[in-house]
Amino acid sequence: MLRIEDLSVAFRQHDGRLTRPLAGVSLTVGPGDCAGLVGGSGAGKSLIAEALTGTLPRNAELSGRIEVSGRIALAPQAVTALDPLARAGTQIARLARLARRRADPAALMARLGLPEAALRAYPHELSGGMAKRVLIATALATGAGTLIADEPTLGLDPEAADRIMALLGGLAADGTGVLIISHDLPRLVATATRVTVLCEGRPVETAPAAAFPEGLTHPFTRALWDAQTWTATEWAEAC
Amino acid sequence: MTGWLGRLLVERLIRLAWLLPLAMAGLFTLVSLAPVDPITSYVGARVAEVGPDQRAAIAQAWGLDAPAPERFALWLGHIARGDLGSSITFNAPVAQVLAGRAGASLTLIALAFLMSFAVGLSLGLTAAATRGRWPDRAIRGFAVVLTASPGFWVALLLIALFAVGLGWLPSCCAAPPGLTADEADLAARLRHLILPAATLSVVGTGPLILHSRARAAAFLESPAARHLAAHGARPGWLAWRPGLRHALGPALAVHLAGTGELIGGSVLAETVFAWPGLGQATVRAALGADAPLLLGIALATLVVVFLGNLAADIAARLLDPRLRQA
Repeated sequence: MLRIEDLSVAFRQHDGRLTRPLAGVSLTVGPGDCAGLVGGSGAGKSLIAEALTGTLPRNAELSGRIEVSGRIALAPQAVTALDPLARAGTQIARLARLARRRADPAALMARLGLPEAALRAYPHELSGGMAKRVLIATALATGAGTLIADEPTLGLDPEAADRIMALLGGLAADGTGVLIISHDLPRLVATATRVTVLCEGRPVETAPAAAFPEGLTHPFTRALWDAQTWTATEWAEAC
Repeated sequence: MTGWLGRLLVERLIRLAWLLPLAMAGLFTLVSLAPVDPITSYVGARVAEVGPDQRAAIAQAWGLDAPAPERFALWLGHIARGDLGSSITFNAPVAQVLAGRAGASLTLIALAFLMSFAVGLSLGLTAAATRGRWPDRAIRGFAVVLTASPGFWVALLLIALFAVGLGWLPSCCAAPPGLTADEADLAARLRHLILPAATLSVVGTGPLILHSRARAAAFLESPAARHLAAHGARPGWLAWRPGLRHALGPALAVHLAGTGELIGGSVLAETVFAWPGLGQATVRAALGADAPLLLGIALATLVVVFLGNLAADIAARLLDPRLRQA
């Protein structure tokens, strides 16, 4: 269970001025929930992930309330978050040990649709989609009740992106609380039950997935949706 | 998985096949051009009593009157039959001198290698774990001072402190006075080994500290370390477990590739501490214009340095799976 209320992140700059790239964010992820967080680049999406896992840069000032019951884990954005010199199985076991749990890497692999042989692979031997799934496996190995997936589809081809999103939806259906941070609005709407939209660090709207696209109230959300759902023919007609 | 090893070995054998003749020709040229006259240094102080006829007789007996290419061909022919010639200074076959002294040198070099590896790696990791704070700055300062310190000066300092001042360790030789190395017991031999090995280890330690610090720090600042830290990994654990794994390969490769410097340093350390190894023999061979022994030592050194570099390449690939694909 994760509840954020009025979360703000500010940075003290060298000249003493304060910039506030993130302000007033509230959201709740309960057990079995699948919540989405969307925004363009620089909207402050990853700052939320860092704030939740306590990995903000040292000069960051955090305010607001973060309530966590149970353990939360983060599947980071970049596959470089995998240790290049350790086998996938070793890395999964490491995260489990940090959470003082016994890992069952084979069961995790099955749950994430990975072949068991992938446990013995080094990160450079994995495809982009497999590496993303191993990252999710390392987060799940902590036994966390709430999983934050930061840009899980970034850099993947459409099929692999669909598979990852379906996987995250499945985890939520099994009872894990899932927060998906992504810029990929159409896939997010297809997976999450509700989506919070960030614009330059400020939340503009939290809409249930069913409201897309007709029930959207804020013009920014509508623009974001339109920008990502235009088909090639629509582009051609608009020109 | 062993495909890379076979490829590497074949590639290096080819390299050795052209390196060895090239080095032999180069070594022979250098020794032939050396301004020291072997007859003069052989006869020694009573050189004035040797007339031109006698000199010519000695030169003829040793084959020195033949032209250089002919002598080179003769030397190559002997080596091909396993005969490295005879040492003038030790009055024994070169192969026998090498075999008799290699053990003492290799023991010294191996211990110095292990000492600087253990010290360099652990100080490097400690510096990486505390980077930016005072232990890091102190260790980096120490590494720079160590790198800038000449080996003979460190040797004199160590003798002044541990042999003369504190009287804990002997300052000379491989065994107590009156005994040969074979007669001394293991404890006595170890006590004699410590100061020379410490002196020799100074050469490699500084670069190793800085190298392992850089590699471990690069890992500690990587997204992979942040991922582990976000889920509860402590900085010390990060530096000494996965960080050690990241530093180990490059550190071992750099250290093994520095075998040549270690052998060069052993000449100095063995001279200061009168250690009966090949380094000391090198100095005596050079002063005595002992061409066969000098050439023999040079060839043996070439093979050892070559093997050190080969081991460095193998270690790097064993410890980093990404390198095996290249």
